[in-house]
Amino acid sequence: MTDKFDCIIIGAGPSGISCAYKLAKAGLSVIVFERGEYPGSKNVSGGVLYSTVLNKLIPEFWKDAPVERHVAKRRYSILSKDSEMAVEFCFDKFNEPPYNNSFTVLRSKFDQWFAKKAEDAGAFVLTETVVDDFIWKGDKVIGVKARREGGDVYADVVVCAEGANSLLAEKAGLKKKSTDHQMISAAKEVISLPREVIEDRFNLSGDEGVVMEFFGDAVQGMIGSGFIYTNKDSLSVGIGCPISVMRENNMRPNDLLDAFKSHPIVKKFLRGGKTEELSAKMIPEPGYKNLPKFAANGLLIVGDSAGFVNPSLYREGSNMAMASGIMAAEAILEAKESRDFSEAGLAGYAKRLNDSFVMKDLKRYGDAPEKVSAMPQLFKEYPDAILEMAKGYFTVSDLSKEEMQQLAKNNFKDKISVWKFLWDMYKAKGTIL
Amino acid sequence: MNQFEQTLQPLAHKTLAEKLYLVRFKTDTESHLKVDPEKCKPCKDKDCIYICPAEVYKLDEKENIVISYEACLECGTCRIACEFIEWRNPKGGYGVCYRYG
Repeated sequence: MTDKFDCIIIGAGPSGISCAYKLAKAGLSVIVFERGEYPGSKNVSGGVLYSTVLNKLIPEFWKDAPVERHVAKRRYSILSKDSEMAVEFCFDKFNEPPYNNSFTVLRSKFDQWFAKKAEDAGAFVLTETVVDDFIWKGDKVIGVKARREGGDVYADVVVCAEGANSLLAEKAGLKKKSTDHQMISAAKEVISLPREVIEDRFNLSGDEGVVMEFFGDAVQGMIGSGFIYTNKDSLSVGIGCPISVMRENNMRPNDLLDAFKSHPIVKKFLRGGKTEELSAKMIPEPGYKNLPKFAANGLLIVGDSAGFVNPSLYREGSNMAMASGIMAAEAILEAKESRDFSEAGLAGYAKRLNDSFVMKDLKRYGDAPEKVSAMPQLFKEYPDAILEMAKGYFTVSDLSKEEMQQLAKNNFKDKISVWKFLWDMYKAKGTIL
Repeated sequence: MNQFEQTLQPLAHKTLAEKLYLVRFKTDTESHLKVDPEKCKPCKDKDCIYICPAEVYKLDEKENIVISYEACLECGTCRIACEFIEWRNPKGGYGVCYRYG
């Protein structure tokens, strides 16, 4: 193996592989280091891949890629201890190509496929290899130290795509260690169910899929949510909360996950299933103003390690990761032309990010977690009061309908200040939608 | 029970140990996680015991932290919750190896 490449990429996830693919296609020599046994072996996603970026990179990828189901239905719900209020959106149009560019995926399968595409394009993907450090020459990164014999490898530029647990970016001083407010901890089970049962139970046909999100009692009324995503013949079922919130409440993630699965409303969706795997992952939500530096001399940071996750209801991570990987590649190609891999030479990366949906969305939604954390009532008091009022409204009794409705309203007003409620709803709308 | 009735049976509860048994691990002989007993002793909260999705950190009878690194899902949550946990990525190819992910 030559020990000098045009580009070294650390991590074979969506951001690293997008970057590798693009650079290899342009004829550059690229090596991707992946610490897992195979690409995807350390990776977990809630389950939805938005694919506007991937579909440009590999048109009609869904014909070839191991995607599970396309997302034509979305269901949002709030839970109290034993009740649910849900709204479901179904769009038949999303059952046609390009399937609204949203697919459920299982990352272990998907990432292997994607990495193979980069290999076919000419990139060298080296698995089972940990990178422990950058090699510096003065203030410039000139390579990496891989944990294997003869592990010093050099390149014009290094792309750090190591993911949410960003040991290297912190070590290089590009990024402060995230606080427990800036990280979601998520735990997930893959639960197998026969295909026909999934289609029947969730009212789906063919490869159509649904994304379901649950708030309120899904995570014991704390800030956070639970989810069920349909795969071909399994469900991805999980919970996620800011680490700070779990700490304040001394909550064990696995207990939260079990409680979600056994909620009287949720458990009916899981009947007949069989748990196949438990997984856990952090999701970065650093907030716009806490985003790290994206570039140094000879170095770019992409994907989760840069904190590129849209924390709003859109929950967009992999697509942003791919976008950042491609923009990094474009900036590297520019830098190669001018033979300048300094921070200034790589400035095209930040410029592209700023002009794209990545930074525009992070600017708009990046601070949502912070704002929402100031309104814990959205997740406990309000869901409980709304569902209690609805229960009063629908309860059949001897009272006249007017009396019943008045009781239900009074019940709500006793618990909640209506004006504060309306004001909070207004604020929340601007924050998460 | 016919096939249809089977699909209506409640999802079987699995303990955390049973769930971890389903996960594929390639176990290294050396822990990639370290704590410093001197720093753990005065720590009142011991959040590591709660916050880990795989409950890798436990107290022994002498109140020392014991780490079952073999079952670590490598999410990194402990490292964010505690500033003293020393995390080094497991050897290449070792550690958790998700089949679904």
